[in-house]
Amino acid sequence: MGEEVAQYNGAYKVTEGLWEKWGDKRLIDTPISEAAFSGLAIGASALGIRPVVEMMFMSFSYVAIDQLFNNASFCRYMSGGLMNIPIVVRGPANGGTNVGATHSHTPENMVANHPGLKVVCPSNAYDAKGLMKAAIRDNDPVFVMENTLLYGEKWDVPEEEYIVELGVANILKEGSDLTIVSHGRCAMISLQAAKTLEEKHGISVEVVDLRSIRPLDEETILRSVKKTHRALLVEENKPYCGVDAQISHIIQLKAFDYLDAPVHRVSAIDAPQIYAKELENWQIPNEERIIEMALKCLA
Amino acid sequence: MANSDFVKATLMATTKKKTAAPAKKSTTKSAKSTNFATAPINKSLTKEAKIALYRTIVGIRRFEERSLRAYNQGKIGGFLHLYIGQEAVATGIVSLMEENDHIITAYRDHGHALAVGMSMNECMAEMYGKHTGCSKGKGGSMHFFAPDKNYWGGHGIVAGQTPLGAGLAFALKYKGLKGCALAFLGDGAVNQGSFMETLNLASLWNIPVVFVIENNGYSMGTSLKRSSAEENLAHRADGFDMEWEVCNGHDVFEVREVANRAMTRAREEHKPFLLEIRTYRYRGHSVADANHEKYRTKEEIEEYKRTKDPVNVIKQQLLADGTLTEDEAKKIDQEKKDEAEASAKFADESPVAPRSEIQTDVYWEVDNDSESKLKGTYFFND
Repeated sequence: MGEEVAQYNGAYKVTEGLWEKWGDKRLIDTPISEAAFSGLAIGASALGIRPVVEMMFMSFSYVAIDQLFNNASFCRYMSGGLMNIPIVVRGPANGGTNVGATHSHTPENMVANHPGLKVVCPSNAYDAKGLMKAAIRDNDPVFVMENTLLYGEKWDVPEEEYIVELGVANILKEGSDLTIVSHGRCAMISLQAAKTLEEKHGISVEVVDLRSIRPLDEETILRSVKKTHRALLVEENKPYCGVDAQISHIIQLKAFDYLDAPVHRVSAIDAPQIYAKELENWQIPNEERIIEMALKCLA
Repeated sequence: MANSDFVKATLMATTKKKTAAPAKKSTTKSAKSTNFATAPINKSLTKEAKIALYRTIVGIRRFEERSLRAYNQGKIGGFLHLYIGQEAVATGIVSLMEENDHIITAYRDHGHALAVGMSMNECMAEMYGKHTGCSKGKGGSMHFFAPDKNYWGGHGIVAGQTPLGAGLAFALKYKGLKGCALAFLGDGAVNQGSFMETLNLASLWNIPVVFVIENNGYSMGTSLKRSSAEENLAHRADGFDMEWEVCNGHDVFEVREVANRAMTRAREEHKPFLLEIRTYRYRGHSVADANHEKYRTKEEIEEYKRTKDPVNVIKQQLLADGTLTEDEAKKIDQEKKDEAEASAKFADESPVAPRSEIQTDVYWEVDNDSESKLKGTYFFND
């Protein structure tokens, strides 16, 4: 259910072909009324159906915040556990597309700040399929944060059924000198930066792709940091109260004695998302900024 | 600033049927001259069913009077939005609910809760913040829930429950069930965007939801005149090609007669309906609203109590038609007072939930993970 998901085949073609396959009952074009259709999905899920709601951009979920952050997250709690809300809210949540501040939000931190909600950020097609299946089967509300810049990438995805469980991080690359913790598209950029650091600087970097923000795989983060003794956190969120602010806290609390350097971060440069393409490409984490910060962390 | 005209006016019940433009708004009957008790939906009521309506209305009144005392004693925290004066609305409509009908409302939710059959004990204990409350003390006065009775809350944000109500109705239609959803809201909620978006969706998709505006004349301290450009709130349905009807809310039989049409149509034709029910609250927006005699006059309140008190109106009707004697009415009243008093005692003596309950009922998957298969950290306390 969402804007242009059925007959138009999806604004980004994510739902392409589904309307032809499943028809009007299961693929529903909505008017531009995010509050109403996300609230409707919440109410419908209370009676046992499992709506998947698309936000054309996660930025548009902001006009439905009361529905998503009050009703989806708190109905279970306020009913003393009598209700549960098995919905999925999915859509792109990224910058780097030259569309200005209103269309470039990355609200996984805001979602994670609401107990009752879950949020995942797939960085590749394999995880996108496996996490989406896990999200739909989950009996709690799950946000799936996608990235329009990844929609155009090609990966091999198994045809057969598989699940990527919520709360399980993925080690994209093993290493011994530095741990980079990242999620979403930034994990892919971090992986590229790790390869460059290895080739040009002889530094062995381990890259942890969180996949799931809440629940969070603390264990994998801590195991890696305890091994490498250094942590660099990379995300597209703005730094203040970003996801990595929490992860940094966890690392200092639970692996303080293992650290050989302060935890470092690369986040979006702390200003509203800028329109100008060249500047926006610098504002969000890129390979150059990651390498620069990694070298500082190792200095 | 008072809305005296609103109260004094004897409402002429008006309806609009979906017809080719221009819409026909026919004035059908005046509330004064019609005996709604003789309408077919009411005539078929057994003596026991009529007495049950009386018991519910009186029960809500006595329960809320007792909760007000508890609030003033400092036993109930937060907000207390009393329904006193509006009892016949929830009572009448809930009495029409069938197996697949569902109901959702806003924060003035005690009346609806008791009407669907929730116990005074669980409701009072919830307001006291006790473990024996309907939500284990996690919701409070504004957030009563009873899904086993098709009652989906109890919601704190103005109009936020209206799309959920449409969703309940959407699910009924999706599953091929014959039923309707009742989405209650106040006159203060009609100017929220989420409500207007929901009216459009409901009509566009032919969803069997009945929106019930309980128009008590005031959105908190702001009178209808000062908050809505079009005071005939039901007329908004016209903009969404939706049928509407307006009626009075002090006579439970009138409420039943009019709501029955809306609910039947929703069930039979999968069509939404907008009901505006003119009612009145005696107390402030919440008990904390000490100024409620500043934005309206004492006379206005007294006038309504004298002529349209829902408890008195049904009582006089049942005495007149021989359903009840004065003694029987008194006996019921005393029973409800006693039940309310007992609920306060029950709440007072109940324990607060243990601290470990703060982190339960957050995630279904955590609560039900008996084999601990879940991965990752769900809660982030140091």
